[in-house]
Amino acid sequence: MNLTTHTSEPSASPLAGDLVPDQQQLVKEKPHSDQLLAGAIFGVIFGFLLQKGGVAKYHILIGSLLLEDFTVMKVMLTAIIVGGIGVFSFHALGLVKLDIKPTRYAANIIGGLVFGVGFGLLGYCPGTGAAALGQGNWDVLAGIVGLLLGSYLFAELSSALGKTINKWGERGELFLNELFGMRRPAFLLIWIPLLVIVVLAIDRIAVR
Amino acid sequence: MTRYIMVGIVLVLGTPGLAVAATAGTGPLDHSGPAWSPYLVGGLIGLLSMATLYFSARPLGASSAYAALAGMLGRVVAPKHTESLKYFQDKPPAVNWGFMLLLGTVVGAFLAAWQGGELTNQWLPPLWASRFGEASLPMRLAAALIGGILMAFGARLAGGCTSGHGISGTMQLSVGSWIAVSCFFIGGIATAMLMFRV
Repeated sequence: MNLTTHTSEPSASPLAGDLVPDQQQLVKEKPHSDQLLAGAIFGVIFGFLLQKGGVAKYHILIGSLLLEDFTVMKVMLTAIIVGGIGVFSFHALGLVKLDIKPTRYAANIIGGLVFGVGFGLLGYCPGTGAAALGQGNWDVLAGIVGLLLGSYLFAELSSALGKTINKWGERGELFLNELFGMRRPAFLLIWIPLLVIVVLAIDRIAVR
Repeated sequence: MTRYIMVGIVLVLGTPGLAVAATAGTGPLDHSGPAWSPYLVGGLIGLLSMATLYFSARPLGASSAYAALAGMLGRVVAPKHTESLKYFQDKPPAVNWGFMLLLGTVVGAFLAAWQGGELTNQWLPPLWASRFGEASLPMRLAAALIGGILMAFGARLAGGCTSGHGISGTMQLSVGSWIAVSCFFIGGIATAMLMFRV
């Protein structure tokens, strides 16, 4: 059932070269459409969960930024704890490859702050915005137009940004445990309980 | 004289009441909470992100699908120019896994809201209306549009959004993701405080 070996790359099947063109096309298309279907199914589950978690609602997302409603932090931190334990267990068993973006200090900080200002103005983020649309919060439509324009604007400047900001403080794939010079299992034994304590503290202090 | 005392009493007693009336609905907690426990939802999203890595070898993320859609629309409007841009050369826009994930997110949220009786069908969020007035829809749409532009630009520069960095990257201990998500909240908290609490 592991579909990871099937990709849309032409080289996915070593046999592809021996087949007539029509069959070649099939070999390329079939796994691709499987992955599109998988993406759609995962998306339906994701959207269902986001709405049930209340994070398709403007007042809950803004409430988190006003530090009055901690629903977003509870959802994110629990996902990070459960997903972290799961992903590193799977990784230790050789079942998954880790997949992280390169750390680029300047781009992470500048891009993150610009994103944050946009987050405050729009009140939804890219994923929860899609969920807000599903729930019938039509104000997000203006935000979606903005997200498309902003994406194109970035592409417009991507060549220049790639030569400047992206190069500043570029560290490649960098894991937290490496910052502390620790091996990953030892780090996780401290890190996961620390996150649990943060969640418990938020749960005690926060009204919601 | 008695009349002035009466007015004084009314003002003293009435003002806090007026203040309460004026602020009713301006707090996020005056509005509905999540349908399910946030811990249940968070735990299930954690399991979902394991499933996407296992079955699709991709981390959960949302923002790059907007870039794919922007590129596909750009190809219609200005094909040559769009093809010339570095980002679209590196990541050719297409109906891909992430794009289907985003479409599915809309459908899934609709199903959840429908099932839970939470479909809103509204243009102006009540919390926004309580702060900026019922007639502030143009301002709301302008803020959402500008916010969306900044957010997508920031997400592409930072390398991800609240899903890609905020959940998938942070759970895998990525340093850049923890920096990015911290900055998402720093920028977001400052902006929301300026809009709602100044």
